[in-house]
Amino acid sequence: MTSIDANSAQGERDDAPVFQATPNEHKARSVEQVLKLGFLAVTLLLLIPAAGILAVLVIKGAPGLSWEFLTTKPTDNGAAGGISTALVGTVWMTGVALLFSLPLGVTAAIYLSEYARDNWLTRTINIAIVNLAGVPSIVHALFGIGAFVYFLEFGKSVLAAGCTLAVMTLPVVIVSTRESLQAVPRAFRDACWNMGATRWQTIWRIVLPNSGSGILTGLILVVCRAVGETAPIMFTGAVFFRQFYPNGVFDKSMALSYHLFSVSTHVKGVPEHIPYTVALTLILVVLSMNAVAIYFRMKLRGRKKW
Amino acid sequence: MQKTPSRMPAPRPTLASDRSQAWADALDKRDRAWGLDLAARLLVLLGGVSAILFIGAIFLFITTEGLEFMVNTMDLKALLFGTRWEPTVEPPEYGALPLIMGTVWITAVAMIIGVPLAFAAAVYVGEFARGRQREWLKIGIEVLAAIPSVVWGVIGLYVIKPLIEQTFGVPIGLNIFNAGIILGLMAAPIIATIAEDALKAVPESYREAAESLGATRWQVIWKVVLPHARPGLSAAVLLGVGRAFGETIAVLMASGHRLMIPGDVMDSAATLTATIAAELGEAAVGSDHYQVLFVLGLLLFLITFSVNLIADRIVRGRKAAQ
Repeated sequence: MTSIDANSAQGERDDAPVFQATPNEHKARSVEQVLKLGFLAVTLLLLIPAAGILAVLVIKGAPGLSWEFLTTKPTDNGAAGGISTALVGTVWMTGVALLFSLPLGVTAAIYLSEYARDNWLTRTINIAIVNLAGVPSIVHALFGIGAFVYFLEFGKSVLAAGCTLAVMTLPVVIVSTRESLQAVPRAFRDACWNMGATRWQTIWRIVLPNSGSGILTGLILVVCRAVGETAPIMFTGAVFFRQFYPNGVFDKSMALSYHLFSVSTHVKGVPEHIPYTVALTLILVVLSMNAVAIYFRMKLRGRKKW
Repeated sequence: MQKTPSRMPAPRPTLASDRSQAWADALDKRDRAWGLDLAARLLVLLGGVSAILFIGAIFLFITTEGLEFMVNTMDLKALLFGTRWEPTVEPPEYGALPLIMGTVWITAVAMIIGVPLAFAAAVYVGEFARGRQREWLKIGIEVLAAIPSVVWGVIGLYVIKPLIEQTFGVPIGLNIFNAGIILGLMAAPIIATIAEDALKAVPESYREAAESLGATRWQVIWKVVLPHARPGLSAAVLLGVGRAFGETIAVLMASGHRLMIPGDVMDSAATLTATIAAELGEAAVGSDHYQVLFVLGLLLFLITFSVNLIADRIVRGRKAAQ
């Protein structure tokens, strides 16, 4: 019965090969092809601006970029000269930020990955991390003013700006370190515990050495973030114009990102190429850091055998 | 002393000095290791709790800086619905509605531009692209995410501004549209990354089941993957909103910073974040103006906090359901 029904339903396709596609399937395939190209086009629409920005910065900024530009002090409120004091100030602030956020973030990540159970405390910590990452940068600046500049009496200084950046970049360190710690297989830990090692010995000798590149990636991401941020430092330690290098962590300093902001908005009579050149410097620092991070990730993925 | 661990020397019931000697012997290497373990446990617990402490501290410090104003002079209704923000004229007016509306307009334009781009990129990278092409696209998205906000501001100021002025024939190219484009492009990589994670979280077996029924890739995506990933996708949009909403320097540079309620995408506007950044340097420390800026900061903090909490709820609710 059923076989006769099936035959009559197929009608004229009786002699067609069993696996031939129906018109419906053909249509679905072509719809898929069109959509696939459409999605690719939209994705590229997102990436073209990135390429365009880089191109504009290189074309307009590269002629002004020279060793001399990087190593001479700015003059005339930044409308002339180089950017050396801003560059050095950024290095100071980023260094201070790393000094605080890296140890704190790594310990937090160790706690979350190695010790934390699934309880209310862990959930609260996770929510706090997500929120800390989501707090607007200007709110971090307000916190920095209240906590570091006035309450801890650091004043407007490299230290206060670095601490503000450290709080802001803490979630970055925690998330990237936690990921790399969790990528270390459970069997490594089990083997170590079975030898009678304490939890800390296991972490120190086995887990951390096996996740070094993840921590390094976190470090690089912190640098990228800290170098690029303007709002958190503009009220906590970065100054508009200054011809001196910071003289210790309690001194104020120029910073590259804030310098870029001021030469492109406030300062009068800036030659057209200077904002582009400063922007190009900034983005070259950030992108080369990112490139190192990507390289580490790829190398790690290629090498990992577990 | 009754329950002496086996690794200690047998206790001799003698002098106090003798007993301390026994304890010193007992603190052999293994005991030190366990002591160290305990210390490390406490230390990392402290590190873990630090994130909570910082969130609490942010709330606390911002509140205390603005507390006097909040308690004494602030009229919440006037602050939220007042239409004039004139902190420097006498008597000063602190009506934040223009700033709130500016923020809403710019965030909305940013989402209209950013979300479709981000979702398309997430679907293409997550479901269609393979191998090397996929890696390159991901790197491209990361590059977009890595561009610092002050550089975006420069782009808005020097590149997008003349483009808008020429294309639309408007007098001022620093407006909601300009800031919206920039914020859309800034938020898109974040939305795309989270959305791609959400797509990745859909179990492979679902896709295989649909494919074995003869579905094409697109049918699998449209009928199986996207519906299943919907909570994750909405969380992605929420976090994108949070990002666009909290952006400061780029908006300050590209929005034109005009302290009036905007009526059109080609109007200049000011946002809450940009206003704080623009005026904090000029306000005398401790003055009403200074404090009201902290109150705006508190408002920003509370809004982003709830947005993040809701996004977290959505993702978590879905994980619990699985």
